[in-house]
Amino acid sequence: MTVYLVRRILQALLVVLAMSLIVFIGVYAIGDPVEILISPDADQIERERAVQALGLDLPLWQQYAVFLTKALQGDLGRSFVYNEPALKLILQRMPATMELAFGATILALIIGLPLGLYAGLRPDGRFSRMIMAGSILGFSLPTFWVGLMLIMVFAVYLGWLPSTGRGETGTLLGMQWSFLTWDGLRHMAMPAINLSLFKISLVIRLTRAGVRETMLMDYVKFARAKGLSPARVTFVHVFKNILIPVVTVVGLELGSTIAFSVVTESVFAWPGMGKLIIDSINVLDRPVIVAYLMLIVLMFIAINLIVDLTYSMLDPRVRLESKGT
Amino acid sequence: MTAPTLEVRDLQTHFFTRAGVVKAVDGVSFSVGRGKVMGLVGESGSGKSVTGFSIIGLVDPPGRIAGGSILFQGRDLAKLSEEEMRDLRGNRIAMIFQDPMMTLNPVLRIDTQMIETVQAHKKVSHEEARQRARDTLGMVGIPSPDERLKAYPHQFSGGMRQRVAIAIALLHEPQLIVADEPTTALDVTIQGQILAEVQKLCATTGTSMIWITHDLSVVAGLADDIAVMYAGRIVEKGAVGEVLDKPLHPYTHGLIGSVPSRNKRGEALRQIPGMTPSLLNLPQGCAFRARCPRASEACLAEPIMAEIVPGRDVRCIHPHLEAPEAA
Repeated sequence: MTVYLVRRILQALLVVLAMSLIVFIGVYAIGDPVEILISPDADQIERERAVQALGLDLPLWQQYAVFLTKALQGDLGRSFVYNEPALKLILQRMPATMELAFGATILALIIGLPLGLYAGLRPDGRFSRMIMAGSILGFSLPTFWVGLMLIMVFAVYLGWLPSTGRGETGTLLGMQWSFLTWDGLRHMAMPAINLSLFKISLVIRLTRAGVRETMLMDYVKFARAKGLSPARVTFVHVFKNILIPVVTVVGLELGSTIAFSVVTESVFAWPGMGKLIIDSINVLDRPVIVAYLMLIVLMFIAINLIVDLTYSMLDPRVRLESKGT
Repeated sequence: MTAPTLEVRDLQTHFFTRAGVVKAVDGVSFSVGRGKVMGLVGESGSGKSVTGFSIIGLVDPPGRIAGGSILFQGRDLAKLSEEEMRDLRGNRIAMIFQDPMMTLNPVLRIDTQMIETVQAHKKVSHEEARQRARDTLGMVGIPSPDERLKAYPHQFSGGMRQRVAIAIALLHEPQLIVADEPTTALDVTIQGQILAEVQKLCATTGTSMIWITHDLSVVAGLADDIAVMYAGRIVEKGAVGEVLDKPLHPYTHGLIGSVPSRNKRGEALRQIPGMTPSLLNLPQGCAFRARCPRASEACLAEPIMAEIVPGRDVRCIHPHLEAPEAA
């Protein structure tokens, strides 16, 4: 197991290195931030001084080398716009995005698993058909539109929930979290539901497909032939088997939810990373873009690793193989 | 004569599909005495597995038992509620499945799968259940059962898995075991070991058994009685030696003829021409008519099961009553 972990971490480092190169070159190719950052009235001398101060006069490979050396020391550069370390800027916004993404994932599991299970066990029931029709809506309605509709109904007409911002926050581990206060939770409700809609549908469909497939397996029939109660057959024999694909997909989805919560964050003016990256791209704030992308890469790698470890906990067949190597 | 453990009378299990009613089992009757092994033989799709599932009450919709009775120790299984049936399953009646690679749940340990079976029918502590599981594993010839209990199914070979499945079936010392082709997926040496094991168990515990198979050589050595099924019906039944030595029904005759080892080397292998008819669209009269070398006009009328020779029931108008040809 340790060998496996070490190997995975080494692989991860290589991926990060490759990614940093691609990101750096990519961002370099997008455009010259000097045009945007320095006022058009500045004279030549001022321009050159600024370019030098930002290190933009060096050739690309040197810029990359400087970036890499600093990155290894934990310094991903300073934002051109805020004149603060890019990493700090992003980390400040991270809790907001994280709690939104986790909230959405938890909602997806709490709502999606039971509904999917029901639909799988009674594929012809009327309620099952309603669930499946609903999941198609969840898949196909665009997030921004649903967000706007939620605001219209719950904030404008009914006035039950606030439509923008994080509300009151509480402090945990030196970070600000909305889910710690009632007001914060009220603010979180709509964006979290909005973000989770697609995932709920995904979990429902995955669970239903898994249940229907598993119910036909011989081991389920054998479990029934052993005289086990239907509850035990469903919740132990079937459920443990369908958890394998669900965990994989939901885990991987978590990464993309964090990375692409941009739309929801924009609609609900949720001050998370997604909003920051959109603003930064608009003004070509290079260090922030690079730092953000690097962070997302790291996060994906970490999530993949966690998914793999969970997977091996759920599926004994995977466990044995990873032990052997 | 004591009452048989199981008596199936005119069992009809039909599948109500959109395309029509499929009479997978259509009027099957047989009985199995205490400690006896009954071989249920037939081609794929002849209804032998559905008969087995009907007995244990696990016919999946759209199928259901449409008629007849299944008397098990005097109780009609066809009339029991699902709850009463569940109480019998795995307890008084057990089942062993065809593919040992698929019958054990891949994500649960052997001990979990055995202990849950013990506790489903007996109020015993976890420790006692574990003890029982270990003893049974030892009984079916699994070495160091204590360690093997902690293993997962994929860590066993096919033969070992089937032993585990058999051990699970034996946990409550059932009066009847329905074995649905349990050795088909195993290689010959393992098959031999399992058969010997099963034979020993039946003899010592008095368990009756229904052995479903398409392999006549297995039945020859194991079963006391044999019933040959074709298109949802039993076409011939009797003591195993009698039926295999002097088959009366042309289908049984053909089946025995199809066993390759009975042919002379170099000779073209004998076979039954054609294939099993679709159960949705059975021909009029005898279902085997189209493939039968002895068929005549008379076969358009449905033959009935009749005791032609004492102890031998056959459903045929032209049985092989003459002296058997030299094989």
